[in-house]
Amino acid sequence: MTTLSDPPKGGFRVSILINDTRYRSYTFQFIALIALIAAFAYLGSNLLANLRAAGLNISYKFLSEPAGYDINQRLIEYTSQSTHFRAAIVGILNTLLVAVVACFFATVIGIFVGVLRLSNNWLVNKLMGVYVEIFRNVPVLIWILIIMAVFVAVLPQPREFRGDDATASMFLDLFAFTGRGFYFPRPYFAAEWATGAIGWLTIIALLIASFFGARALAKSAAATQEATGDRPTTWYFTLAIWFVPLIAACVIMGLTWELPELKGFNFRGGIYARNSFIALTFALSIYTAAFIAENVRAGILAISTGQTEAAASLGLRPGRIMNLVILPQALRVIIPPLISQYLNITKNSSLAIAVGYMDVTGTLGGITLNQTGRAIETVLLLMAFYLIISLSISAVMNVYNNSVKLKER
Amino acid sequence: MKKSVFFGAMTVAALAAGAAAAGTLDDVKARGKLNCGVTTGLVGFAAPDANGEWQGFDVGVCRAVAAAVLGDPSAVEFVPTTGKTRFTALASGEIDMLARNTTWTFSRDVDLKFEFVGVNYYDGQGFMVPKALGVSSAKELDGATVCIQTGTTTELNLADYFRTNNISYEPVPIETNAEAQPLYLEGACDVYTTDASGLAATRAAFENPGDHVVLPEIISKEPLGPLVRHGDSEWGDVVRWSLNALIAAEELGVTSANIADMGAAAGDNPEINRLLGTEGTLGAMLGLSADWAKNAIMAGGNYGEIFEKNIGENTPIGLSRGLNAQWTDGGLLYVPPFR
Ligand SMILES: N[C@@H](CCC(=O)N[C@@H](CS)C(=O)NCC(=O)O)C(=O)O
Repeated sequence: MTTLSDPPKGGFRVSILINDTRYRSYTFQFIALIALIAAFAYLGSNLLANLRAAGLNISYKFLSEPAGYDINQRLIEYTSQSTHFRAAIVGILNTLLVAVVACFFATVIGIFVGVLRLSNNWLVNKLMGVYVEIFRNVPVLIWILIIMAVFVAVLPQPREFRGDDATASMFLDLFAFTGRGFYFPRPYFAAEWATGAIGWLTIIALLIASFFGARALAKSAAATQEATGDRPTTWYFTLAIWFVPLIAACVIMGLTWELPELKGFNFRGGIYARNSFIALTFALSIYTAAFIAENVRAGILAISTGQTEAAASLGLRPGRIMNLVILPQALRVIIPPLISQYLNITKNSSLAIAVGYMDVTGTLGGITLNQTGRAIETVLLLMAFYLIISLSISAVMNVYNNSVKLKER
Repeated sequence: MKKSVFFGAMTVAALAAGAAAAGTLDDVKARGKLNCGVTTGLVGFAAPDANGEWQGFDVGVCRAVAAAVLGDPSAVEFVPTTGKTRFTALASGEIDMLARNTTWTFSRDVDLKFEFVGVNYYDGQGFMVPKALGVSSAKELDGATVCIQTGTTTELNLADYFRTNNISYEPVPIETNAEAQPLYLEGACDVYTTDASGLAATRAAFENPGDHVVLPEIISKEPLGPLVRHGDSEWGDVVRWSLNALIAAEELGVTSANIADMGAAAGDNPEINRLLGTEGTLGAMLGLSADWAKNAIMAGGNYGEIFEKNIGENTPIGLSRGLNAQWTDGGLLYVPPFR
């Protein structure tokens, strides 16, 4: 029995690892991998040895000890007696809050500016160009600091609302815009059974139900249209589906508004958006919006003008051309860079400490690190946190990207 | 065989990198310069003057150590540190010593592995408010917005004080004293709290210091002193006894006016002789020259002179000696004997 391709004679020799093209690339990759592992092992052991020499060790026990410091903005229960771990969670939630709000505003402003930049109106077009260039070319840290400084200096402080000769007053007696932040009326449910989360869960459940109700209505209207060619007028039903249960629930549960009120040193009551939060979110939004605007513009320009002309020759109006022809295709170009802008916002939010916003870098990576001296431990935790968040954002956005990208069949 | 060589080399390298941290005295001598960590700017304690020369009470300690070790009070590289960066700077070896209004606490000494060589200012935490608020006691501060420097004992004391007194507050964390000033003056904070000495220094820099009052409550003990890394006792001794020399000089009546005469030849007082190196070998025991303490004192005068020049009653800061008087005057300064 002879096979056509006999394996090379002589069996295994060390030299074939280099000379044989089938193995050569594996050999070098293997060597590179070993070198890499050795380098990391060296750095790791160097670190441990240095720590030992300095009498330090790696330990995460501090996470379960009382933090001892207070945090101004807390989305969950926290006192100075809570643990460092809880302080880290408070910080993480604050980071996520800024990131989500800033991503939202950056996207809205970015799309708006990006589309307007392509406007045929010379003034609008140039104004948007100026916006993009100004915000894109000054570091975001500078923007954060400028906005905070202007905020504190320009808006009246609570003391200016006080006394008979007050120089500042509340807007419509509902809102207070102070240098320490904005105060808004806070809705809550007065009915005893609906206080706390239950009331809000009821509202959310109702909204979901309305959503499906409205969809069913639209479907049946479409079916009628298919069958008879006439689409029944449904808009007042839709409105009713959305608002009647909502208003009824609010009345039954006793929706009330808690108004901010000047008491002692500060306004109390209502929703308080701190100056640091507003300055940080605002700066991150307008800075990143400039980049997103450019992505949007590039995405729209990537669609050939032939498409617009073809759509126009079919009789579509410019607005519909944008919505039905250009944007769906442009999204494919826009989404991937948008992911990295969201990642940038999340990572840039760690500049929070510049304005004293207590994000995770401020709590875990700031005060906890400093008070416990556990620099390596906290920095490793911080790295893990940002890595996880960034990878999750990428994953979610990639799923979305896959759903809008060209389906090749 | 190859493997053991590899790991051997690795350990040697790791250990060598570790060992470089020891022997700070030799490092400083070889470098010809002392790296001294100070504040980012607190007039009276450490701040550059109009000519860019660092001046102040803490700066005086740095200069005395540089003079003792290198014979030159200007051989200092001042490294500005914030409340947050100071300990990392010291632990990493970026600075040889830290003189930055730093409170001696158990955990900093034991857990963070530093060695406080003494106390150069006995202090306590206080509150400053604008007079217009009409507040006369810290207990009336319920609901106030308070500016604090992060990474300090200040924020921990504050949390404890408000919690034990069952009153609420809104903390505004800031990084440096310089950032706190505009926030406080523009009214973004009602209250500024830090060490009482720091409050006096901050207030002195205001346009209208009279518009602000320091409340009577002192809510903590803040012994402020210079510190070095754990594990290098020789260097710790040098810094400790340089500070002690300044305090002893005041007690013994050695001043910058008479030190040239007193140090020229042995006099009647044996302790002064030992201090100034005209008798005995104290300098050699520290690994320094015989006139180490004389140089240290000549750098800026004795403790009392440095105090009066930078933060004393005749300066805008106007601090009285209080607890920081010599034990012979009813204060807490009491250095061990030079023998
Ligand atoms: N003694 C406290 C507080 C030290 C502190 O931060 N002091 C302030 C004011 S007294 C300071 O030196 N600031 C100068 C700067 O911001 O660099 C501690 O050691 O934690």
